[in-house]
Amino acid sequence: MLLITCPYCGPRPELEFAYGGQAHIARPQQPADLNDDAWAEHLYMRDNAKGAHAERWRHTHGCARFFNAVRDTGSDRILATYETGTPRPAAGDLVGGAA
Amino acid sequence: MHDTLTAQRPSAASMSAPAIVKPLPAASRFILQGSAAVMAAAAAALALPDTKLACRASAHGERAILWLGPYERLVIGGEAEGAELTRLLAAALVDLPHSLVEVTDRQIAFEVTGPHAAELLNSACPLDLDLSQFPVGMCTRTILAKAEIVLWRTAPETFRLEVWRSFSAYVVGLLEEAGRA
Amino acid sequence: MTSVYRTKDGGRIQRGKPLRFTFDGRALQGVEGDTLASALLANGIHLVGRSFKYHRPRGILSAGADEPNALVGVRRDAARYTPNLRATQVELYDGLEAESQNRWPSLALDTGALNGLISPFIPAGFYYKTFMWPRKAWDSLYEPFIRAAAGLGRAPTQADPDRYLNRYAHCDVLIAGAGPAGLSAALTAARSGARVILCDEQSEFGGSLLAETSATIEGLPAQVWLQEAIAELAGNPRVVLLPRTTAFGYFAHNLIGLNQRVTDHLAVPSAEQPRERLWQVRAKEVILCAGALERPLVFPGNDRPGILLADSARTYLNRYGVRPGKRVVIITAHDGAYRAALDLHAAGVEIAAIADVRATADGPAPQAARQAGLPIRLRTTITGTRGGLRVEGVSLAAMDGGPSQSVACDAVLMSGGFTPSVHLFSQSRGKLDWDPAAQSFVPGRSAERERSAGASRGLFGLAEVLADGAAAGADAVAAAGLTPPAPRRLEASGIDLGTDGFLGALPGAGAPGAKAFVDWQNDVTAKDLLLATREGFRSIEHIKRYTTTGMATDQGKTSNMNALGVVSEALGTPIPAVGLTTFRMPYTPVTFGSLAATSRGVLFDPVRTTPIHDWAAAQGAVFEDVGLWKRARYFPRGGEDMDAAVARECLAVRSGVGVFDATTLGKIEVVGPDAAKFMNRLYVNAWTKLAPGRSRYGVLLRDDGFIFDDGVVGRVAEDRFHVTTTTGGAPRVLAMMEDYLQTEWPDLNVWLTSTTEQWAVIAVQGPQARQVLEGLVEGIDLSAEALPHMSLTEGKICGVPTRLFRMSFTGELGFEVNVPTSHGRAVWEAIWAAGQPHGMVAYGTETMHVLRAEKGYIIVGQETDGTVTPDDAGLSWAIGRTKADYVGKRSLAREAMNAPDRKQLVGLYTQNPSVVIEEGSQVVADARQQIPMRPIGHVSSSYMSATLGRSIALALVSGGRARMGQTLFVPTADGEVAVTVTSPVFYDQEGVRVNA
Repeated sequence: MLLITCPYCGPRPELEFAYGGQAHIARPQQPADLNDDAWAEHLYMRDNAKGAHAERWRHTHGCARFFNAVRDTGSDRILATYETGTPRPAAGDLVGGAA
Repeated sequence: MHDTLTAQRPSAASMSAPAIVKPLPAASRFILQGSAAVMAAAAAALALPDTKLACRASAHGERAILWLGPYERLVIGGEAEGAELTRLLAAALVDLPHSLVEVTDRQIAFEVTGPHAAELLNSACPLDLDLSQFPVGMCTRTILAKAEIVLWRTAPETFRLEVWRSFSAYVVGLLEEAGRA
Repeated sequence: MTSVYRTKDGGRIQRGKPLRFTFDGRALQGVEGDTLASALLANGIHLVGRSFKYHRPRGILSAGADEPNALVGVRRDAARYTPNLRATQVELYDGLEAESQNRWPSLALDTGALNGLISPFIPAGFYYKTFMWPRKAWDSLYEPFIRAAAGLGRAPTQADPDRYLNRYAHCDVLIAGAGPAGLSAALTAARSGARVILCDEQSEFGGSLLAETSATIEGLPAQVWLQEAIAELAGNPRVVLLPRTTAFGYFAHNLIGLNQRVTDHLAVPSAEQPRERLWQVRAKEVILCAGALERPLVFPGNDRPGILLADSARTYLNRYGVRPGKRVVIITAHDGAYRAALDLHAAGVEIAAIADVRATADGPAPQAARQAGLPIRLRTTITGTRGGLRVEGVSLAAMDGGPSQSVACDAVLMSGGFTPSVHLFSQSRGKLDWDPAAQSFVPGRSAERERSAGASRGLFGLAEVLADGAAAGADAVAAAGLTPPAPRRLEASGIDLGTDGFLGALPGAGAPGAKAFVDWQNDVTAKDLLLATREGFRSIEHIKRYTTTGMATDQGKTSNMNALGVVSEALGTPIPAVGLTTFRMPYTPVTFGSLAATSRGVLFDPVRTTPIHDWAAAQGAVFEDVGLWKRARYFPRGGEDMDAAVARECLAVRSGVGVFDATTLGKIEVVGPDAAKFMNRLYVNAWTKLAPGRSRYGVLLRDDGFIFDDGVVGRVAEDRFHVTTTTGGAPRVLAMMEDYLQTEWPDLNVWLTSTTEQWAVIAVQGPQARQVLEGLVEGIDLSAEALPHMSLTEGKICGVPTRLFRMSFTGELGFEVNVPTSHGRAVWEAIWAAGQPHGMVAYGTETMHVLRAEKGYIIVGQETDGTVTPDDAGLSWAIGRTKADYVGKRSLAREAMNAPDRKQLVGLYTQNPSVVIEEGSQVVADARQQIPMRPIGHVSSSYMSATLGRSIALALVSGGRARMGQTLFVPTADGEVAVTVTSPVFYDQEGVRVNA
């Protein structure tokens, strides 16, 4: 069970959280402007990173806020957590440096 | 529901005195959501300190404001003062976009109290409830086994649990079972 | 009744407190402090089980968790029977009943031992070879044979009546193992003020110190120091001491699973105590002090009862006061066996021979043995043993061959050296390093915040281990952010035993007829491993699976390193290059009860009930589970079955009035100046022009265009919507709304609050609904003009505030009365009383389903399955066509989403009106086609309609709306059912009744 540092509440057990898939995928402002391929890309295509992966979590049974985490998918170490809407931290700003 | 649901000795090895679970008197409740300005104005209107710190409650008498999230508070008042709270908050927040929703009947409050209250709760709640980590005045939504609760430490050996009504039988049953030891 | 095998004094047992127990029905006696294994040995019993594959007689091999042979079942009653317990870890209590396993008809006479005679025919991989051919023999011969012979232990025959609890705990430092390293670490950590949890799988703390008779610590006899150390820890309120507690699993981010056995050692467990407690400990820092496991030696006939590990024999002698035999032969590659020999010699056991496979043995222990006159033979091994149910003698020969000499004995002690216990470290994903000097894998780079200390990282001298524990304690405390106490070196005297050892098989293990066991529990011999390498296996992971070495319940604690040694030698590859198999949790087996804890019976899941539940139960309602909710399904009267009750309830609603508990519907209050904008972006419907006081049937899609949820949405005020969801969908709809709001549209001034449990919802449906409510409301005009279909109002009912919706999920005139939950029961009863003059019935979910199906109203999750668009479900009318965007709109514009052959919602009439099709049935166009038929759709709902006097069904059929009037077929086990495609609205197609 992971220990996840909610940007608002601090370290909390994974039981309180819900996973939300890859982070930093903005819904297009005008979906109608996208052709089918571009829309399908937005809807379905996700990275399958080995190593540092930016992903969404929600502290569902806590402050109920969504936030982002960079997790090393190999070791399950969480390298950073940060508020939704803020940019992904640079590799040097992650726990233990670049993953 | 009986007054004292359970009087217990949680573990022969490590515990020697009881923790008691009992329902608290009815209260009025609201979920208030909005910006920091909303929260400051609401606290002022209820004559309570603003709960700027995450996971902290401010309380006086029957009234309390519990931080649930950066933009969400649980406002608690006496059973009879729901209308008064609505009036006070509506007046104070008239110019600020916000959401005030009454949830008086959504949940039921319980108290878990006794020297081993924290250990009893830890039979199902995964948080660190050591006084150094979860001090008096700390509050948060969390889980108790398969139920979601709001947990608020009101004294070193006393916790208030806010439980959605339909989960209350489960929560009490679970604490009763865990306390039977 | 003192046994010749029990010493007169010494050890940690209470000779004055005898305990009765039985083994395979035989009445025996032990004493307090015994394990089942020590009590059996005290009675001269070594034979305790039969091996898994060959059914060979087997004895007690070890004194701890590593025991592969002495698996027993312990019985308290029919429900409290625990199989596969290691007798070495079963604490004796008065009245204990134990039985051996894997033998038939009895332990001494086992017909399965015939497997031993045919063993040349069941070598490694025999499962894969023997049972492959002929194929036909599988059912008639092989499977019955395997089923009869396979399996280890019996399951209890009744449900487990014991209680199990869970405990979450946190600490600065968790220490797994309370031997000298763990105690030293705990003392250091505790003195810094850290929150410490110290656990040990044994009944007593002390580890190796419990069998220590001569060593001193701080000038005190080791066991006196032990007592003082425990007292100091027990007096510290920040320290939790957990004996009988196994750290069985190392999970991510320093979460350690502990299995605490609370009552298994008690003769009469208190009903108030749980049998076991699962601890889930989140530790800032972890110290692993798991010690080391002694390795057996692999020589022919090394598995006879009476052959055991040397240090275990010393434990039996020094801790339990039990001699393993009267005349023993020792075979060793490590000085520890000399220490055991000296202790046994002092206790009056004859040492017939010490065979040392090494060329030299000059450490302090061998020197002391020489001085004591013990017969030592260097460069000597055992080439065979004899004896039936107990070893009677061995053949000794030089390591490099030559003639053998027979030596009589009644026990053989062996030591191949020690293997550091790195199980937990390896589970934590730490990297193991190969220590060539010690010929061991030791903990290398950590993956978690942990460190190992003492024997578990290959250190063995007592002073060294104590110092290592203290250093680990200080390191952990500092890492946890506390200040460690000033370092203090503990003075200790203990004999240096070195780190010699032997890996692999001794000479002669591969000789014809030899059976030199590597894995006792799974009956894997050195020859099996050699065969695997000859057959081309190279990877240790493959060899493990092919031979099953290390795959038994002991997970190869005694066998893995020797297996590696055999394979390494056979392949000519160094051990670290051969690699190591994965260490998996649990370290030792954990009961399901412990893992389930309180999640069983009524506490398995929350059982959510509405305020009307008790009323419904009193009326005899039959309930069904909907998510976690209990919902009344129907209200049978006078012996009615479900069909009869549902028919009566349906007719009553259509002709008069019915009342229905809709409290479980999800409710979300959407509030804020941007509420309408938010609803517009989310739902397919147009909300801007919906006036306060009016409501609309809302459809919510995912962005892939498929229906996610639905429900009536009322606009309470300009900036406030009362959104309802399906019963099961409430949490996921709120989560989806929060997702879009927080992550896509944080600019919107709108907020969401779950009000599901704030409101009790009482649906009053039927032509007479208005008359029933009229007398109960205050300040509410229920007329069709003031409160038309799809509108809502606020006021009072029965003196209680209400949000009253005019709406219908039945097709009849209907209202849904929302009142604060605490008033739900009283208002329900008032409505019930007011309804009686009108013949009101209470109806349940089954009737609700029929009534809505008669109207063609869908149920999300029944008519939809995540691949149904609004158009497929006939809901295009709900879509706000002029909106630029809403969730799912772009996907609906894809060509495939508008293909004419998409499955569309239609009604089906069976041509025989009394036939009710099974829900989920497939629909085909041509019943005469060959199997497998090509389905063109499926039946989603199917009922007998009392109102229509015939069966009805809803189905999703390819191009269904263009098939009106067509005959299609539903294949069933009893032949095809012909159906006619019709409109999904079976009743009141004009919608007159709902607007009454």
